[in-house]
Amino acid sequence: MRDKPSQRSPSPPSPEMPKHGTTRRGFLKSAGVISAGTAGLEVLHGVSVAEDEAQARVAGPGKIPLKLDINGQVHSLSVEPRATLAETLRDELHLTGTKVVCDRGSCSACTVMLDKTPVCSCMTLAVDVGDRKITTIEGLAQGDNLHPVQAAFIAHDGLQCGFCTSGMIMSCAALLERNPHPTRDDVKTAISGNICRCGTYPKVFDAVLAASESRGT
Amino acid sequence: MLAQTQVKANDGKGGTKGEPKPAKQSTTPASTSAQQTRPATFQAGIAGAAVTEDQIAEVKRLVPADQPGQLPLNPELKSIGRPVHRIDGPFKTTGRARYTADVYLPGMLYAAMVSSGVPHARIRSIDTSKAQAYPGVKGVYVLEHLSDVAEVKDKSKELPSKYPIVRFAGQPIAGIAATTQAAAFEAAKLVEIDYEQLPFVTTVEEARRPNAPAVYPAPAVMGGSAGGGGGAANVPQKGNVRGPAIGPRGAEKGSTEKGFAGADAVVEGDFRTQIETHSALETHGVVADWKPDMLTVYASTQGTSTVRDEMAEVFSIPKSRVRVITEYMGGGFGAKFGAGNFGVVAAALSKQTGAPVKLMLTRKDEHLSVGNRPDARIHLKAGAKKDGTLTALHLVSYGTAGVGTGAGTAGPTQNMYKCENVLTEEYDVFINAGPASAMRAPGHPQGCFALEQTIDDLAEKIGMDPLEFRDKMDEHPARREERRIGAQMANWSARHRPGADPGPIKHGLGVAQAVWYRIGNMDSAAEVRITRDGSVELLSGVQDIGGGIRTVLAQIVAEELGLRPQDVSVRIGDTNFPQGPPSGGSMTTNSITPAARDASYRAKQQFLEQVAPLLNTTPDQIELSGGRVSAKNSSDSLTFRQAASRMKTDEVAARASRAEDYDSDSDARGSRRRSRMVTYGGVQFAQVSVDTETGVVRVEKVWAVHDCGRPMNPLLLESQINGGIIQGLSYALFENRVLERNYGLMLNANLEQYKIAGSRETPEIKVHVIEQYYGLSSTDAGGIGEPAKIPTAAAIANAFYNATGVRIREIPMRPAIVLAALGKSKGMSA
Repeated sequence: MRDKPSQRSPSPPSPEMPKHGTTRRGFLKSAGVISAGTAGLEVLHGVSVAEDEAQARVAGPGKIPLKLDINGQVHSLSVEPRATLAETLRDELHLTGTKVVCDRGSCSACTVMLDKTPVCSCMTLAVDVGDRKITTIEGLAQGDNLHPVQAAFIAHDGLQCGFCTSGMIMSCAALLERNPHPTRDDVKTAISGNICRCGTYPKVFDAVLAASESRGT
Repeated sequence: MLAQTQVKANDGKGGTKGEPKPAKQSTTPASTSAQQTRPATFQAGIAGAAVTEDQIAEVKRLVPADQPGQLPLNPELKSIGRPVHRIDGPFKTTGRARYTADVYLPGMLYAAMVSSGVPHARIRSIDTSKAQAYPGVKGVYVLEHLSDVAEVKDKSKELPSKYPIVRFAGQPIAGIAATTQAAAFEAAKLVEIDYEQLPFVTTVEEARRPNAPAVYPAPAVMGGSAGGGGGAANVPQKGNVRGPAIGPRGAEKGSTEKGFAGADAVVEGDFRTQIETHSALETHGVVADWKPDMLTVYASTQGTSTVRDEMAEVFSIPKSRVRVITEYMGGGFGAKFGAGNFGVVAAALSKQTGAPVKLMLTRKDEHLSVGNRPDARIHLKAGAKKDGTLTALHLVSYGTAGVGTGAGTAGPTQNMYKCENVLTEEYDVFINAGPASAMRAPGHPQGCFALEQTIDDLAEKIGMDPLEFRDKMDEHPARREERRIGAQMANWSARHRPGADPGPIKHGLGVAQAVWYRIGNMDSAAEVRITRDGSVELLSGVQDIGGGIRTVLAQIVAEELGLRPQDVSVRIGDTNFPQGPPSGGSMTTNSITPAARDASYRAKQQFLEQVAPLLNTTPDQIELSGGRVSAKNSSDSLTFRQAASRMKTDEVAARASRAEDYDSDSDARGSRRRSRMVTYGGVQFAQVSVDTETGVVRVEKVWAVHDCGRPMNPLLLESQINGGIIQGLSYALFENRVLERNYGLMLNANLEQYKIAGSRETPEIKVHVIEQYYGLSSTDAGGIGEPAKIPTAAAIANAFYNATGVRIREIPMRPAIVLAALGKSKGMSA
């Protein structure tokens, strides 16, 4: 999958076509996009996809083989090109720590890391991941040693029902990767896309600041 | 008697779907229970109360002979009352906690709902052949009956139709099961429905007009759920308007006419609140696994027992052949009690296909079809004397619960303040929109928004400080203490006069308070087991919806057995275990914790009888503490595990059900009144800024002082109070279901246009929970979920007034509404 640049199929097969016009998600799912390993998320914006018409290649609508590096383990899979990373993690691999809540990139519950970048796995096609390393909530701890953010969430009660927690922790862990000493305001910004209906935000702020301190310099 | 200690805002509204019917009534005659009781001394009152008569003092109670009596007060305890970390934290933070959405069974099919795209129609025909033929489809089921909506009382007057009449866009019609989720969604689009469209109405104003399209052809009614809500049974209906439900208690109290005549000041106002959807992060859903001998349902529910009961009823199978499992669930807020139409579809599809079926609603369906908080238009009039006596309250309220009922808002007006003359008139207005369901303190945030602003207006008119005025009208010891503490925390005395800030961005401080009720469910049981290897477990059907009852139960067992909470395995959320209460109306902790303590106590008695001989003593001379079993007055001691290893049997176990609240007739201190009318509540203070040029309102700080009986775990309590405040803020400033008038469709059925407060909108929050004991149960614990949300919007509105000098009588306080309020006020004063 990595030897060709990205392209989308010219005309989606009819069963995938939304009945009432094209939705953003419907577009994504039906587009049958594949990408170069380095193309990353840009295909989501529909910017680069049309640039390489000469090397166009159509994938799908049937299943195609795919390798994903998830939590340090390479999985050989067979998925439809329209499958999102979230669906693939959950339905194919039963890695259910990653939650799907809005299924359109507006709540961040499905956040995973591609290399060290947090992304919404419901807005990322599995075929677009390429050779980037996927880290999910299941892969954050080192064996039995919880990641400092996970430990701090428990100590500061940064969770209630727990359904936003995986995504919230991934966003916070990614924040500490890029900014080991965030301010409270930095934390607010980092999780401004993470919706929590139970209202755990104040304790999430406390937890992340404590985790930052516990990690030292 | 528990039944007498329970006060519901609207009596007679409880015709509860799926709720265990005898739950709130004692069946044991008082004389019988009296024979089995013993007198006991309890400590009751508020720890550290400023008012002497509210401080802790002894009271007498009659306690059932097989019960342990009062727990020592919190400072003397090792586990209860401590900030114990959530015992399921390691599971929830690592992704290992398995929610309903995470259940994958061998051979499982995925289902999708087919919903109506029109708001009002009779279905002529449904053609499922194309869907049936879609690759991967294994089953199609068309709903024969629609639940969780109002129903025409006289069935002969319902429109004749083969299928349920469509009364809102998004109404469930059918379900498809397929080998993949994608196939189920695609096939759902291929179901062809021939509608005979009918006239519809989508706003309360239009629906109230004499010639408005009729949502129902004849009077209709819907019961509430275990979380409350629902409409009064016997009220008149004319057109789409049902009511009035007259209160308090079915009739006017005193004479409001005389009350207003005798007032020194009278104020009145019109208030308006919007539709709010629950928007729990885990949508409603089930995995149904129909086997010949047992229907197993994994459900995202607030009531394992209520789902079991409704499934048994719908499919005419014994309750003993339905098992409901809710190991973890991703939020409910009142909307998740019954089997649900989706649940019935999933179970029917499983029965049809012989395979387990997973059906999780989409986010859109979640907004449209499974509940919301009704909106309200409230006219409230209040009168007071100059000395602070409230002389009359008159509330008239119209609201819509869509095609359901339960838009009443009178609870706070009826129950918050002392007033001799009260009249409440509540109307439900049917419109063609999704049905309401109970939502975190049904009716109360709405009613509080109107009442607490009116009370502030009245305070201003009689020239009295709002807190002083409330002290005159409200003698509840907890609220009085909360006002005192909160005033210090928020520096109330430094509050400026309304609109005093000179610049365009104005700051203000406001207060409002909550009233909620001690509601218990007698069908609350737990079993505690001690096994020979020293391990201890508690089993109960109760589910943890995020409040943390799993952790609190571990604390209780640990306290009784002298262990640490992490030494206790808590297995809950399964109807195979002793029946647990549904989690609604803030009843979970009040209901299940006494059963858990009593079961622990009884298991401990059996354990002690077995181990006493090992220490050459008698059971009553043994102390369990710090993981050790020790003889009092002797140095003989064993570890808990050593003692258990020498038990004669492999296991000792005991089960207990919730006992009635203790009879307080013998109470000499006159607190009988208190135990008869126990309310839980709180007082919240909000500091806001209002940008008078852009209309943007920000909540900067909130101070919240609450009571819930004995605080069981301050860490979890603080989290839940934070959550109530943030939901209340979100309700006050942002959330709004937008219904399109021409097509009857919801325009923002998602999570980006249905705006919910996020991290950026979260204010600084300071929480204080007072410690109050009533001596009513073996734990004396109450609930916090509802009261934490009730007063927030009202406190923000009162702060808005303090900031601007202008009343904001409508929420959400979006910039357009704020600017209109500011402009309107200027116009009026000019």
